[in-house]
Amino acid sequence: MAKEVTLMINGQEITVPAGTTVLEAARQADIYIPTLCYDPELSLWGGCRLCIVEVRGWKNLPASCITPVRQGMVVETESPAVRHARRTLIELLLANHPEDCLACERTGACALQDLAYRYGIRQSSFTGKRRNHTIESGNPFIVRDMNKCILCGLCVRVCSEIVGRSAIDFANRGFFSKVAAPMDLPLERSECVFCGNCISVCPVGALTGKPMWGQGRRWEIKKVQTVCPYCGTGCSFNLNVKDDRVIGVTSNPDAPVNGRWLCIKGRFGFGFIHHRERIQMPLIRDPFLFSKVNWDQAIGLAARKLKEIKAKHGPDSIGVLASARCTNEENYLLNKFARAVIGTNNIDHCARL
Amino acid sequence: MESLMDKCCSQCRHTPATPCRDYIVCRREGPFCHDDEVCKQKRREFLTRIMARPESGQQKVVVCGGLNCSSGGAFGLIDLFRAEVTRQKLGDKVQVVLSGCRGFCEQGPSVIIEPDRTFYRWVTAEDVPEIVALHLKENQVVERLLYQDPETGLLCRSCDDIPFYRRQMKVVLEHCGFINPEDIAEYVAVGGYRALTQALTGMSPEEVLAEIKKSGLRGRGGAGFPTGKKWESARRVPSNKRYVICNADEGDPGAFMDRAVLEGNPHSVLEGMLLCAYVIGSDEGYIYVRAEYPLAVRRLRIAIEQAERYGLLGENILNSGLNFRIHINEGAGAFVCGESTALMASIEGNRGVPRIKVPRSTEKGLFGKPTVLNNVETFANVPKIILKGGAWFATIGTERSKGTKIFALTGKVRNTGLVEVPMGITLRELIFDIGGGIKGGKRFKAVQIGGPSGGSLPEDMLDLQIDYESLTGAGAMMGSGSMVVMDEDNCMVNMARFFLNFTERESCGKCTPCREGTTRMLEILEKITTGKGSLSDIPLLEYLGGVVKTTSFCGLGTSAPNPVLTTLSYFRNEYLKHIQDKRCPAGECIALRQFMIIAEKCTGCGACRYVCPAHAVSGEKKKVHRIDPDACIRCGRCFEICKYQAVKRR
Repeated sequence: MAKEVTLMINGQEITVPAGTTVLEAARQADIYIPTLCYDPELSLWGGCRLCIVEVRGWKNLPASCITPVRQGMVVETESPAVRHARRTLIELLLANHPEDCLACERTGACALQDLAYRYGIRQSSFTGKRRNHTIESGNPFIVRDMNKCILCGLCVRVCSEIVGRSAIDFANRGFFSKVAAPMDLPLERSECVFCGNCISVCPVGALTGKPMWGQGRRWEIKKVQTVCPYCGTGCSFNLNVKDDRVIGVTSNPDAPVNGRWLCIKGRFGFGFIHHRERIQMPLIRDPFLFSKVNWDQAIGLAARKLKEIKAKHGPDSIGVLASARCTNEENYLLNKFARAVIGTNNIDHCARL
Repeated sequence: MESLMDKCCSQCRHTPATPCRDYIVCRREGPFCHDDEVCKQKRREFLTRIMARPESGQQKVVVCGGLNCSSGGAFGLIDLFRAEVTRQKLGDKVQVVLSGCRGFCEQGPSVIIEPDRTFYRWVTAEDVPEIVALHLKENQVVERLLYQDPETGLLCRSCDDIPFYRRQMKVVLEHCGFINPEDIAEYVAVGGYRALTQALTGMSPEEVLAEIKKSGLRGRGGAGFPTGKKWESARRVPSNKRYVICNADEGDPGAFMDRAVLEGNPHSVLEGMLLCAYVIGSDEGYIYVRAEYPLAVRRLRIAIEQAERYGLLGENILNSGLNFRIHINEGAGAFVCGESTALMASIEGNRGVPRIKVPRSTEKGLFGKPTVLNNVETFANVPKIILKGGAWFATIGTERSKGTKIFALTGKVRNTGLVEVPMGITLRELIFDIGGGIKGGKRFKAVQIGGPSGGSLPEDMLDLQIDYESLTGAGAMMGSGSMVVMDEDNCMVNMARFFLNFTERESCGKCTPCREGTTRMLEILEKITTGKGSLSDIPLLEYLGGVVKTTSFCGLGTSAPNPVLTTLSYFRNEYLKHIQDKRCPAGECIALRQFMIIAEKCTGCGACRYVCPAHAVSGEKKKVHRIDPDACIRCGRCFEICKYQAVKRR
């Protein structure tokens, strides 16, 4: 068993395994420490510095997300020095951030906005130059407004550590740092696969899903958890519903199979839901025109035809092709149907084609 | 035998593939494996040529090839000397060699004639025939080229008489400027690679480590971490691979000590790295050197190539079982890559930004392996410590800071250059005794220690002893050891702006306080230096500086506010003058300068009208002129040209 370490956070004695960070220890004890660049599923970065804490006897204010606990450490998370520094950091971020919360797609779900609210910052003490990047919205999926980026690097890390594409990274230095695809090309000319997982980790309005632009405010949206229909993996996510219409898909952190991570189909392929040409009931073609029928009629017809073919030409004249969009269970049933009901071994799967 | 390093006869079996443990000692005192007077004589001849001794009749012209002297034409001097020596038929008695920087850059290009150690300064092409004809042939000193002690007025015949050198204590720089850095034989002749031989043949890694610990050597890169402790922790971590890295990414404006060591005595750094490799059990090392030091890179490449050729790098070094190879990695110009973790990220091929320091680099450093990273000067100290013993080293310096430290003395000081002094010397001794005081009889105002990471110390702190703790306590920092001296003509606000401008540009952009904070601090300073500051800017600067200092990710950010914070505490008045009176007392902030003509003194000569590039001066001949303040671009040409002191600057 790992060694245990006892430390004091805000006067509360906490015992955690050695190697735990101060931030994790505090969160385990339900002590709030704000973060912008920390994500438990990604590697540690330590760049936003909002999680600074005061440790007795230490000269500087260390970032709690990258500071391991030590025996007997005395930590304050909201001491005057910490609050003062944290406010300054938020002000510094705001001083280089567009003040367009009124029209920002993220309003209501923006970490920076929440922090400004929590620490009562109405405006920044600092003025001066600002970044002036053009908003990139040339592709149908992701809108990138790098003026709003706080350079937390979560998108960079998710792209390399979760997705494995490394389509984006930091470019330039210092004040002019920005997250960009190689050669600062637009995403559609990069390695990006538009899975949109970067959107799901972006704490501010720098990365947003294009389909949801202007469709509704966060508080108007009802979230309905569902399972992705595209493949058998069984990812779940939240359909964002406003006025009984699905306006977008967002990650559901509690999704048992996939967590927050989705692919392009799950995140952006919801347009069929309200499409006027969507087929909503079975159709039978006879002989040239489609006529709407009910399920009993449709299945009855299919069964009859299969029986006829089997009687006339034998069971091996029939082949069964399973779909990757089916679940494992469905594919199992199809296998039973082919071998036990029809009596043929002619069964294959589209994934093998 | 064409070099001291070659075999004397067929009985010598040393090659890199069949190494001999006595190889280095044998060069000077051998041969040991056979007794042959001819072989001994050959070695002696090479040694006397390299180390010209009075009794041998050999002479050696050592031309300084440091950056300052070479930009003054030193490389051309060498060819001239060689041609002249040949012309005067002195070829068999006189050697002309190029050395690294010998520190007294103010007097360059400089030439030293061995064995007399005569120091000739400001040598030009025209002086070469005279030196050869008089000194080398007739043994007469060319007096007009000697350095004159400004206090006593005496001519200094030997370089040891020059106050600049006399008061220094050269440990690391002992041979810099006296040996040819491009010839390993010269290093071996003056005792090089002896420490390595001694360690490999007679000491266990533990014993070497014990000497380093006993010496109390601390990292010369600035932070002052005990070197022995660092090596020990890397040694203790179980691993199949360990790395040694030499940090030669010297980026501070005004710092050039590492360059001088690399250009002047690169083998001492290689030897230090070899000893470190022996202690920690490493077989691979990197030297991360700035690409802006092409000469240092070239000399390092030569040094490594020579060390490999003679079996001092490679497999089974001196038949001890130690394998060690060194790679050179040229930096791409980022200041932050001098930070240890950013440097390692850069070697790995990643973006040069600092990484999380838990676990430490000694446990998980380069490529995830235990790594020792030390500065050039730290490594160059190591062979001396092994040769002379840790106890000897510990006698130099103060209680907690041992040994010597090289400082790059620049700015308004009379003797700019490179000085090596024992720790604990006072700033006054360094600047006034060795540096010769302020140029042009002006008044000392401040000294910026430690480059952009350090702070400015005022006149009343001149008696501060230089060591790691005292400098940090005063708000400055040892840093790599650059010292920029400022006089009354320097504006401290402008100086703070200059250094912050540097750190702001060099911030990597990883953490919020450094990326955004330094930009805002710089903007406030720019406001103040252009006369647009308000009184509230001072507390704002102080409080923002405090936050950047306490919350930044790496040393670049935590030290970036130092120049601002120290000037705010020691020279607050200057800030107030800029803000309240809209005036720069030193007259350095261009936007705040004002020029006017004193009517009583103006003779109407028209010189100012003639030179003014903005046509801001008007007036008829022989009548009082005036300057139109709206048209004036504050360049100061009128002020400089006026012979009658009729132009007033304020």
